[in-house]
Formats: sequence, structure tokens, C-alpha cells
Amino acid sequence: MSDGKKSRGPRGVVTINAELCKGCGFCIEFCPSGVLAFSDTFNDKGYHTPQAVRPEACTGCDLCGAYCPDFAIFGMLKEKVVA
Amino acid sequence: MSRVNPVNQYLRMDRMPHIWCSGCGLGTTVNCFIRAIENCGYPREQISIVSGIGCTGRVAGYLKLDSFHTTHGRPIPFATGLKLANPKLKVVVISGDGDLFAIGGNHFIHAARRNMDLTVVCVNNFTYGMTGGQLTPTTPIDAISSTSPYGNFEEPFNLPFLAESAGAVYVARWTTYHVKQAARSIREAIQKNGLSFVEIISPCPTLYGRRNKLGDGLAMMKAFKENSAIVNGADTREVGLDFKGKIVCGKFIDREKPSFLDMYHTTMAERFGPFYEPYEGVQ
Repeated sequence: MSDGKKSRGPRGVVTINAELCKGCGFCIEFCPSGVLAFSDTFNDKGYHTPQAVRPEACTGCDLCGAYCPDFAIFGMLKEKVVA
Repeated sequence: MSRVNPVNQYLRMDRMPHIWCSGCGLGTTVNCFIRAIENCGYPREQISIVSGIGCTGRVAGYLKLDSFHTTHGRPIPFATGLKLANPKLKVVVISGDGDLFAIGGNHFIHAARRNMDLTVVCVNNFTYGMTGGQLTPTTPIDAISSTSPYGNFEEPFNLPFLAESAGAVYVARWTTYHVKQAARSIREAIQKNGLSFVEIISPCPTLYGRRNKLGDGLAMMKAFKENSAIVNGADTREVGLDFKGKIVCGKFIDREKPSFLDMYHTTMAERFGPFYEPYEGVQ
């Protein structure tokens, strides 16, 4: 942590459960770090799901999880993630 | 995919995916509610949830708490009974604008008048989403619904003003865009002694948004972001909603009043003196 803020790398991890997603785009629009974007692939229901295009920018704030109406995405601080 | 969403422990995952449309704000409201009860300081066994009929009525079925799905418009009477039978419970009513203020409007007014110790979360999407998008008492003037195809001309309810004048001790309004603030307000409402009312403005893209050309759920959320203004402590007489107009959000009322059970115990203790033993409930 003594390297300063910029060289710390990703502070959070975003996890997407594509099978629950309905492609509303709330997480993509309201992510403050611009981590997410629509992917080109479909899930089983035929929705375009989000994907992490800039995972290194994730801060683990979990705003995507708070907005997601389908409980399909959440962010977590990296130190809290258990493998 | 070994990582599990922390909110899953509060949900009945065997019922997922839920029936709500893509872009509906109800899932976001449930998310806010889960974050509120995580931090409210009460164990899960002590929180019970009652909801009525409609899209929002499904909330009780999806939450892994003591939950009850009641008849149309009657969540508040059921919740009142639950609270009086076991005063240790924190009873939360989550229901829609039509269920709480059209079919069950009288029950809300009297629960607020008595100051029953309940938390009422009203998810206001301006329409009856489950039955085909009919006019509700909160549909703004000029909005189109299936029963007002030429535009609504009835004056809608201003829900915070109604709650305040009926006697609620905590009144707040947020939109589904304000997730953090809504979660905090629901938490404060649960902790409050007396009838606390939180209105959550939510998009209904399938019926209300499509008929009124407001776009999909995301476009409605962006409109909430642009049109909302946070005015804590605003005069509730001036927070009525217009079609596509400004949405005043915030915590409007936070006052102290003895609740129904407080008054009951006080009165009975005065009348019966040492013979009166207040019923504390079981946990």
C-alpha cells in the first residue's frame, strides 16, 4: 500500500451471473468507473449481458449490485473475496 | 462462478429469475430494502414483511424473511394485526401505489392516524402494472393509461403530503436512481417508532413508459436522474408530481409522536394501575 494510490491495481472484483440478467443496462450506465459494457453474446433468454471491459478500474463499490433489478451482478472489495 | 452475491441469502433463489420486466425498478427497490435490513440492527427473525397484490405484491414471495402476501389493498390491516399480536416484530409493508392508495387508501390513512408502528414502503410506478396499465390515484395529469387514452384529467395524490397530514412520523421520497439514499431512508424508517412512510418512484417501462413514450427502463432512470432535486425537509404541500416534471426527493418529515402501542400502554396503566401488565410479545 506504500506505492501510492495509482499503482495499487484493481481494488474490487465484479461478478456477473449472466443467466439472471435481463439486459436493462442499469449497471453499465451507472457504474462510476466505466467498468462495464454490453457484450456481443446473448444469454439463454436472449438478452445482451454486461461484461467487464475495464476490470482494472473496478473499485468494489457495489453500486452495480445496488442498481441491478435482477440480482445478477455485484462488486466486492478484493480483500473480501474468498476464492 | 463460485462467488455468490451477498444479497442471495435474503432471497428465495429457487424462485429466481423473478417475473418483473427488464428495466423495472422493483428489483432495485428490493435491493435497497435488503441493504437497509442488513444495517438496521435487528436480527432477520425479528423482521417480517407484508405485501398486497400487484407487481409489488410479489416482493413478499421473493424475500427469504417471514413474509405474507395478502389480499388486495389489505397489507396494512394484516401488518397491524401482526404487530399487535407480537409487538417485538418490526413489520414492513411493501406494496404498490394502487394497492396502498386506491384499494387500501382508507387503511393507510387510519394506520397513520393511529400511528401504528409500521414501516410502509410504497413503490410508485404511476400505473397498475400487473393488470394492463390502468389509471391509479397517482397517475399525473396528462399521462396516458389504458383507462385514460386521451390523457388523465384527475388530480393525483401527493403521497408525502397525504402521509404527513394523516399523521405519519417519518416521510421520505426517493426514486430508484437514489439507491443509497433510499436504503438509508428505509433503514431509518424501520428504526423509527411509529408509522414511517417511504415513497420510491419506480419506472414501469412496459406499460407506463411505453404508452407515454418515455423510453425503456434505462431512459426513465436517466430522466429520474436529470429531473430530481434533493430537498430535505421540503414542505410536503409543494412536492406534488407533474407529468415529466421535477421530482422533489428527500427526507421530508422526521418527528416524534407516541405510537399506538405507547398510547395503549399509557392509557391502560392509568386506568388499571398495578393490575395492568403490558404484553411485550415473544421472540
